[in-house]
Amino acid sequence: MVKTDFGPPKYLDMMSDLCKRNYGKWKYHEVLDTGTLVHVAENGEKLYTVRSATPRLMHIDTLRAFCDLADKYCNGFFRFTSRHSIEFLLEDESNIEPLKADLHAMGYSPGGVGNTISNMLHTQGWIHCHTPAIDASGIVKAVMDGVFDYYTEAKLPARLRLSLACCLNMCGAVHCSDVAIVGIHRVPPKVLDEKVAKMCEIPNVVAACPTRAIRPEPSKKSVVINDEKCMYCGNCYTMCPAIPIFDPKNDGAAIFVGGKVSDARHPAMFSKLAVPYIPNEPPKWPTVVQTVRMLIDVYAKDAKQGERYGEWINRIGWERFFKVTGLPFTDKHIDDYIFSIPTFRSTATFKW
Amino acid sequence: MPELRKTPMLDQLLDGPFPSFVKEIKKGAEKNEACNDLLGQLELSYEEKITHWKHGGIVGVTGYGGGVIGRYSDVPEQFPGLTEFHTMRINQPAGWFYKTDRLRKLLDIWEKRGSGLTNFHGATGDIILLGTHTNELQNVADDLAHEGWDLGGSGSDLRTPSACVGPGRCEWACIDTLDIVDTLTRRYQNELHRPMWPYKFKIKISGCANDGVAAKARADCSIIGTWKDNIQVNRTEVVNYVNGGFDIIGQVVDKCPTKCISYNPVTKSLSIDDNNCVRCHNCINKMPKALRQGKINGATILIGGHAPILQSAFMSWVVVPFMEMKPPYTEISDLLEKIWEWWDENGKMRERTGELIYRLGMRSFLKATGLPAVPQMVLHPRANPFFFWDKEEVNQ
Ligand code: HEM
Ligand code: HEM
Ligand code: HEM
Ligand code: HEM
Ligand code: SF4
Ligand code: SF4
Ligand code: SF4
Ligand code: SF4
Repeated sequence: MVKTDFGPPKYLDMMSDLCKRNYGKWKYHEVLDTGTLVHVAENGEKLYTVRSATPRLMHIDTLRAFCDLADKYCNGFFRFTSRHSIEFLLEDESNIEPLKADLHAMGYSPGGVGNTISNMLHTQGWIHCHTPAIDASGIVKAVMDGVFDYYTEAKLPARLRLSLACCLNMCGAVHCSDVAIVGIHRVPPKVLDEKVAKMCEIPNVVAACPTRAIRPEPSKKSVVINDEKCMYCGNCYTMCPAIPIFDPKNDGAAIFVGGKVSDARHPAMFSKLAVPYIPNEPPKWPTVVQTVRMLIDVYAKDAKQGERYGEWINRIGWERFFKVTGLPFTDKHIDDYIFSIPTFRSTATFKW
Repeated sequence: MPELRKTPMLDQLLDGPFPSFVKEIKKGAEKNEACNDLLGQLELSYEEKITHWKHGGIVGVTGYGGGVIGRYSDVPEQFPGLTEFHTMRINQPAGWFYKTDRLRKLLDIWEKRGSGLTNFHGATGDIILLGTHTNELQNVADDLAHEGWDLGGSGSDLRTPSACVGPGRCEWACIDTLDIVDTLTRRYQNELHRPMWPYKFKIKISGCANDGVAAKARADCSIIGTWKDNIQVNRTEVVNYVNGGFDIIGQVVDKCPTKCISYNPVTKSLSIDDNNCVRCHNCINKMPKALRQGKINGATILIGGHAPILQSAFMSWVVVPFMEMKPPYTEISDLLEKIWEWWDENGKMRERTGELIYRLGMRSFLKATGLPAVPQMVLHPRANPFFFWDKEEVNQ
């Protein structure tokens, strides 16, 4: 019998002696360049970090190549970040450049440190999930290619976090990122009555709908959906596979902006709707890429040093935001979900 | 080995400076039929603009209810390698630190028993192993267990907790994020591996207000390091920053949200009115050598964060303004256990903790947990007179 419930490997077993020696005794750090950090401990010891974005989806041979680099330059130690970046932890400063050269040769460019775009947080998409409205890895690849200079060069006013969730389940901190892409459906699910009768628990399906758009239809042992009330969240599909919501003609991406999780200066903010819908355009999603690029270019040009995306918008105001980006403001931008009234303006002190 | 699938659309994602996931799948396709079929199915999704993964299907490993997510292609006749292509979630070491010899063992097992494709890491934090057959699941788990790797959570259970790098390599960690996540993960193995709750529960731990793991946005329980006393100022380093051309007024003084920092250009001295500081961390971020957090450290505990479905996105909110985080972390465990008990008793199926609090009211939550109501919990008191009284509170 194999053992169970023993938990993850102990983190201390995965750390170099230098890290263990200085655990909790770091004094300060400096950004050396957009791919390199140095952390200085109280006893003066230094730990260099070389960071590189990864595509998140990786074959074991790539990970083995990373292991080889870590063995060669880092005594066998590295770590990952919460945004799918790899960080090599070096003790010897002279190893930085050779390591970077080897990474470049593998097709990995160090970057994402300081006032840059760090790696794009994302989910599974068409590669491995059953509910996506858009792909994940493909869009991320296209977008990161399109903004790559912002990843390797520190030319933004502050950090910028990009993320993507391929459906409203939002398995990433999309709703609090500076620029976020979210997969959306635009038509109600189709009810396959015979299958519903066979596969699904009707009360659970009815209860799953946040807008109460679903009613039981006892005569068919199925359900009916009130199209007027459905806002295409797909939650009913998660409960019941016989209510598919996919529609290649109507699914696509929405873009949200201005969110952040850090409380520095201004408290954490949700991201807010900038573009309600862009159709799916595989394999390279040119409209999504252009829109994201434009949103970042405008911010890079207009924001003050140190201002995160949402702080910039708070300063100039949303009415200005739509002006400077040239994005159309539509009825979709006005909330009509549950607590929408507080988002309406109740003062005449706005900008033209 | 059948020949490689033709993928004209995906091939357009091979070029460009950002590393290509298509290249990764192709590496696998050369030696593994499932990867080759994955290329084919993904190309089909690109043509048809629709996913080809079937919904549902429960699979698992003996003794565990979570950690494995069933995946089946809806076009298995075209892509037989994907008839079964299940995901396994493996509990990551705290802070995502790796030693190559340990990791290589995991990779070898996945080469032998799975597709060879991985995610480092899933959004929840686990190592994700993408794609294996039903009859390999137990073998993968056994082989991994032999090398000291355990499964993570999935389904209606405690999801694999995660934490920022913390004291492992960050001078700003007010709490030992790694020890906390490790301790709680080990303590709650049963809750992690056996789904028996109304829905999922996530714990994420960040060492400071910068919130490196986005705990506030995506954890039902967010633990954020903070301090209670005064920011430590190193006067010499302040002068060094200013002499070095640093815009201390623009970047620090003007950006302080409570305007509690002042700088005197004549004496080149910085002073902080700590009573009015909200510990937002901006000044420390900007002058790491000159400013350090206080010495009385602990965490703010926030509850209720999750993504929009069902009741809209919640950012988690303060329930304990300051908790000392000393091993063995009994205080946070006591709180978690009370919350789980209350949620388990009162929650509807698929209702997250935050949604339950919203439905039954903070009053009910505070009663269940015994936490006192304090001003730190709200931005401002309510602006309406429609509040409830309990029977015990009024004259009978
Ligand atoms: C059978 C149903 C589901 C499956 C198989 C599933 C699968 C997954 C997977 C694979 C991840 C990790 C994503 C990654 O790789 O990074 C994930 C994360 C997540 N899922 Fe789901 N999901 C399901 C249903 C749902 C539902 C119904 C919701 C919301 C109502 C949801 C919300 C989330 C969220 C918020 C995260 C992660 C966010 C975080 O990392 O904190 N999922 N899910
Ligand atoms: C395309 C799908 C959605 C996305 C990307 C999304 C994202 C967001 C974001 C970023 C915010 C913050 C906006 C702000 O603070 O002004 C927000 C707020 C809100 N969302 Fe959504 N949401 C979506 C759909 C939904 C759904 C399905 C619901 C309900 C189930 C919902 C209900 C709300 C409500 C009520 C708020 C306001 C919360 C507040 O007042 O603090 N939204 N959503
Ligand atoms: C339960 C809570 C509230 C109570 C008891 C309340 C009560 C009142 C009363 C008695 C007045 C009349 C004052 C007068 O005669 O001049 C008033 C006016 C007003 N209230 Fe409220 N109010 C409440 C909540 C709110 C809220 C939530 C809002 C806005 C979001 C609001 C906005 C106003 C406005 C705009 C006026 C008119 C002011 C004016 O005409 O000068 N009230 N409220
Ligand atoms: C249980 C709750 C409430 C009660 C019992 C109540 C009762 C009253 C009463 C008795 C008056 C005086 C009517 C008169 O002058 O003859 C009044 C006026 C008023 N109430 Fe309320 N009220 C309540 C809640 C609210 C709320 C929540 C608001 C605003 C959001 C509100 C807004 C007003 C306003 C604006 C007036 C002044 C009307 C005017 O002078 O034209 N009331 N209310
Ligand atoms: S965001 Fe939606 S589609 Fe994407 S991985 Fe998560 S559940 Fe699947
Ligand atoms: S998609 Fe969402 S809103 Fe529409 S019927 Fe299903 S659960 Fe209800
Ligand atoms: S959240 Fe704070 S303590 Fe944790 S890694 Fe980020 S800056 Fe450091
Ligand atoms: S931590 Fe934030 S609130 Fe406190 S002094 Fe610094 S900038 Fe001001």
